[in-house]
Amino acid sequence: MSGPHRLQGISASAGYAEGPLFDLDRTAAHYTVRATAADEKAALEAAIDAATARLAALIETADSAAADILEFQIAMLGDDALGRPAFAAIHAGQPADRAWRQALDAEIAGYDASDQDYFRARAADIRDIRDQVLRALTEDGDVQAPAGAILYGEDIAPTRFLETDWSCGGGIALKAGSTASHVAMLARSRGVPMVVGLGVVGLGGPPAKLAGPALLDAEHGGIVLSPSRAEIDAFRRSSSSFSARRDLAGTFLARPAMTKTGTAVRVQVNIADPSDVDGIDIATCDGVGLMRTEFLFGKALPDEETQYRAYRKVLEWAGEKPVTIRTVDAGGDKPVPGFTVKEGNPFLGLRGIRLSLARPQVFRVQIRALLRAAVHGSLKVMFPMIAVVEEYRQAVAMFAEEQAMLAARGIAHEMPPLGIMVEVPSVAIVPEAFAEAAFFSIGSNDLTQYVMAAARDNAAVAHLNSVRHPAVLRLVAAVTAFGEREGIPVSLCGDAGGDPASIRSLLEAGLRDLSVAPAQLAMAKAAVADVSV
Amino acid sequence: MSASAEASVLITHEVGLHARPSVKFTKLAKTFAADVEIALAANGPWFDAKSIVKVMAAKAPKGTVLHIRASGDGADDAVDALVELVRRDFDEGADHVRTA
Repeated sequence: MSGPHRLQGISASAGYAEGPLFDLDRTAAHYTVRATAADEKAALEAAIDAATARLAALIETADSAAADILEFQIAMLGDDALGRPAFAAIHAGQPADRAWRQALDAEIAGYDASDQDYFRARAADIRDIRDQVLRALTEDGDVQAPAGAILYGEDIAPTRFLETDWSCGGGIALKAGSTASHVAMLARSRGVPMVVGLGVVGLGGPPAKLAGPALLDAEHGGIVLSPSRAEIDAFRRSSSSFSARRDLAGTFLARPAMTKTGTAVRVQVNIADPSDVDGIDIATCDGVGLMRTEFLFGKALPDEETQYRAYRKVLEWAGEKPVTIRTVDAGGDKPVPGFTVKEGNPFLGLRGIRLSLARPQVFRVQIRALLRAAVHGSLKVMFPMIAVVEEYRQAVAMFAEEQAMLAARGIAHEMPPLGIMVEVPSVAIVPEAFAEAAFFSIGSNDLTQYVMAAARDNAAVAHLNSVRHPAVLRLVAAVTAFGEREGIPVSLCGDAGGDPASIRSLLEAGLRDLSVAPAQLAMAKAAVADVSV
Repeated sequence: MSASAEASVLITHEVGLHARPSVKFTKLAKTFAADVEIALAANGPWFDAKSIVKVMAAKAPKGTVLHIRASGDGADDAVDALVELVRRDFDEGADHVRTA
């Protein structure tokens, strides 16, 4: 496959990096089998000691967040229980490298299988421990990434992050990964651009084999491999504009958003995972404009308690500020095994509220969790992909039924305001048919792709997929004006809300309520201050 | 008769008995001669409280009632000290959520 490759993922730490790709997953060096089991045992012991010494040396120069991670790894390595299965396997005749890898892979599997997000993220730490010992065992040449490289691979070890010299730029692009990982936290605190969840969709071969520079746009969560001249130029313009905005934005973060002419604008945050709020100071935003719930449905269908705890955590964090939770928006580009269906044209199929109504037993679990969590803060709930008012009414009726059942059982609960996403053109064109909804939240990503008939994830039609097309903006303005007339709050929670270039158009269309990715909060406020409305 | 003690305590730390808290927890447990174990239910299964690998494997999130038991020399002191540590949120101030 020739020509540029564009991959889309999720931004874990905003910023831009241009440089060669460095393959994190290159095959490990060869291990030389020892003569006896006793020698294998000694080799593994020496490797564990060497890895521990390396970690201890790293602690010397680490800041407190990094030191915590290293101390945890040292404690794990120092615990005999970690290596016990490996030593047993060596005793049974296995070579040290295989014994260690198998023992640690079993440990990692336990973490990966956890339904707790925080715990799952620790799998990366255990992988790190595994690889460091393997590195010591095989005397791997310990290839360092060249300065300014973009580290590309399945996942990245915290120690790899700490060992890398970021002073010359560079970034991280992961096929898997998590925004809740230690490395993601470190990257955000050090300002290292990082994108996760790139997957391998649409690639002709391993992209690490592609020569030449890559362009990492961790502001929007994408990477371009083998870019064209024009792409490089455009990228550099975005990159320098980002740096300028970031420097300026820092001064806006702590203040409420206000236009040049003094009009107040509410700026809330979009989150995908309860742990996302850990790095956000609630004082810097006006609440959560969109909490996605698909993450809960990542591996298996979550039970009521798991959901309740996740919602409650965010509500308690937000205090009196509103938290708008969107009921599960699976389907489309977000398949969930055992829940979504395979379809020829998933974006026009059974997704969002359509799927929830088709799977009432799954939807009712989420409804109960939301009703119970509502007592812990200022909750609002919205339904995705509403196309006709009957869908809204059915969902509202299910809320009422579950509320009655909770009341009958004497379980604490509260009915939150129930609103809708405005993302299907049928709603945006005829908002008056939905006047009974408690609020409107414009989903600019889907609204744009449905109005323009241009997929978000297809670079070939990227030029058509613009929220600033007059057709999209006219709908945004009409919905906003209708809301204002009828006293229905209208906000916008798509990527456009955090895009400085689009913020002007959205405010001019009448919107005064935006919800953006946490990393874009400061810049969105700065962009608002530059508009005269 | 050898000394033994048992108590339970609610975990209020934001991330539960995980990476950083578990380092502190096992370090403190190891300062006692008594055998110390933890469990998420009164009837077990019980995990060695001096092994961070085992403590992590217990997967105790915020809101869990942690059962702690000890037997041998200083069993009472061990249980008291560990309960106190959990109650004090592992001596981490309000900033613990940022970097945990």
